[in-house]
Amino acid sequence: MAAGLLGIEELSREEIEAILERAKDFQPVQNQTFKRLDILRGKMIVNLFYEASTRTRTSFEIAAKRLGADAISITAAGSSVAKGESLVDTLNTLAAMRPSAIVMRHWASGAPHFLARHLPIPIINAGDGTHEHPTQALLDARTILDCRGTLEGLRVAIIGDIAHSRVARSNIHLLSKFGARIVLCGPASLAPPELARIAPGVEITYDMSEAIRDADVIMMLRVQLERQHEAAFPAGEYFQFYGLRLEHLELARPNVIVMHPGPINRGREISSEVADSQRSVILNQVENGVAVRMAVLERILCQ
Amino acid sequence: MPVRRLLIRNGRVVDPASGRDEIADVLVEEGRIAGVGRNLEVAGAEVFDATGWVVAPGFIDLHVHLREPGFEHAETIETGSRAAAAGGFTSICAMPNTAPVNDNPTVTRYIIERARRFAVTHVFPIGAITKDSAGEELAAIGSMKAAGAVAISDDGRPVMNARVMRRAMETARSFGLPVIDHCEDLHLSAGGDMHEGVVSARLGLRGIPSCSEDVMVARDILLAEVTGAQFHVAHISSRRSVELVAEARRRGLPVTCEATPHHIALTDADMAPYDSNYKMKPPLRTACDVAALVGGLAEGVIDAIATDHAPHPGSEKMQEFEQCPFGIIGLETALAVALEVLYHTGKVSLLRLVELFTLGPARILHLDRGRLAAGAPADVTIFDPERVWTYDVSRSFSKSSNTPFHGRSFRGGPVATIVGGQLVWHFEEGLKVAR
Repeated sequence: MAAGLLGIEELSREEIEAILERAKDFQPVQNQTFKRLDILRGKMIVNLFYEASTRTRTSFEIAAKRLGADAISITAAGSSVAKGESLVDTLNTLAAMRPSAIVMRHWASGAPHFLARHLPIPIINAGDGTHEHPTQALLDARTILDCRGTLEGLRVAIIGDIAHSRVARSNIHLLSKFGARIVLCGPASLAPPELARIAPGVEITYDMSEAIRDADVIMMLRVQLERQHEAAFPAGEYFQFYGLRLEHLELARPNVIVMHPGPINRGREISSEVADSQRSVILNQVENGVAVRMAVLERILCQ
Repeated sequence: MPVRRLLIRNGRVVDPASGRDEIADVLVEEGRIAGVGRNLEVAGAEVFDATGWVVAPGFIDLHVHLREPGFEHAETIETGSRAAAAGGFTSICAMPNTAPVNDNPTVTRYIIERARRFAVTHVFPIGAITKDSAGEELAAIGSMKAAGAVAISDDGRPVMNARVMRRAMETARSFGLPVIDHCEDLHLSAGGDMHEGVVSARLGLRGIPSCSEDVMVARDILLAEVTGAQFHVAHISSRRSVELVAEARRRGLPVTCEATPHHIALTDADMAPYDSNYKMKPPLRTACDVAALVGGLAEGVIDAIATDHAPHPGSEKMQEFEQCPFGIIGLETALAVALEVLYHTGKVSLLRLVELFTLGPARILHLDRGRLAAGAPADVTIFDPERVWTYDVSRSFSKSSNTPFHGRSFRGGPVATIVGGQLVWHFEEGLKVAR
């Protein structure tokens, strides 16, 4: 198995710190007039997306290009996947073209792990089913660090459809490794008790006020209707009980930051007022996405 | 024509029906057991020296998928029975989820006829409960029994409608057939790929909760009570289900159950992440469930070990985990796994272990087999509880290789399989005959 990036769970705190530190070096590149470095000159990166994505795919592409690599993007809809080719065959075909790495998003949990076992090319997980989304957790951590300087001891509320969220799982692993206190919150059907046992320092509450009280960070998650296959919570009641509104912020620490991996659904899990408020760092997250993914690509391709 | 005699000499004869566990000889004559005793002297008999080995009644696997007719690319009656022989089994029962489904006597007779021509072991068909196993209209249960079916089951596609199940049990009772149910509430398990628990939460895989099994075991026990039918739980896997069966038994109900080797050897935490060789129904559950299964096997609540041998070709198992079909093969590793988990740990005696492979399943299916008594069919399994060996699935007789036990080293395994008085497989010489 070539070393790629499959998840946060298997990374050590030191490895994560190294990526986050390096990402800091890349942050100023965004503001330079000439944004192209040549660290990855001559490398070719394939972005293979089996699921819709705006920010992740674009930011991986931009990250690759800023490092001087060539990047091509393939979506399942417009490729041989739509003609019934199996995952293994598609990846073997791409591997035969000798890319330096494959960045992959897939609707099935574990799809990148399965491929990593069978292919000699580094696979970077850009989100697999309801499992992990490692670069999202890294950019979230970078964003928190930019605001707070540390993760240790922070109280982080993760609110919404935890059960179907790969962002939540990656963040739980990352924040837990750095000693944050994590509170998961959602209706019981979307916040199963087992999730509190996947890493140390995690608790669950079904009460939003309790989750937000004294929080340093509030991470809102989208309700992933496309993954639920059922009505796990009464339709129409969601925003009333689990939507983030301005009045909630008064319960939190005064300098609380509000995060969201996007895409946001205004009026479903977050009110417009909160999304556009001073406390929201949603666009900082997007910006950090490029810097963090540059650090990840460099780390994997310059070994 | 001279009488054909085989003398299995000096083995440790373990026969649960008589309680015998001693060094003795077994004489086979014309396909039947002619006698069991010490120092039998028989002129002109062929001698099989079983010194140091266990001589047991032929093993019976009451839960096997032979895939024929319809899925011959995965397995056939011929290849499946060969794998069975290599695993020490002399009789196997074929689940009806073929294409067409074995829901009528024509298919039942077809399986029996194919087995007569190509199988190296006995093959007993299990008929479907409902037509096409669709869970709606009862299959031709009486005619299938007349054609040779030994039980009915909609294995893999459990009857969700309790009223249909009730009628099936009433029908089965009329014909003296056991009803085998794959207990799974399909609404509770829908979309699940592995046991619902911490591991599934971590891996982001949808769960199959234990309660999806338990509610159906409970339902079927209640229906068995109402109908008086004999109800058998296939591949029991959860602690609560074992408790439910134990309670039914205390109340005197004719309820039995089987456990598979993989469910007693592996937990959800042992699963190699996203490796479909660990994907089956019911799923691998927790250490607590495994302990309940082992306890049930030791104490007698669980009556039999059955493999649920479920071949799938490599192409189907080489996909995204959630796309892969459920099931693993198990005939060739069953005894070795059982010895390792039950016998070498001191939890189960050799006599009980042999019972789980022989008399246990024979009683459930009312087969006149599973004993080493004079006059019984000469199906004999000889095994070595100590032989150290490594399972190499590339040398399997099965057409499929979906197993989590590839490359695993075992202590103990089959040595020779004798079906109807004929040696059909020997661990050093391989397959002996095509009957």
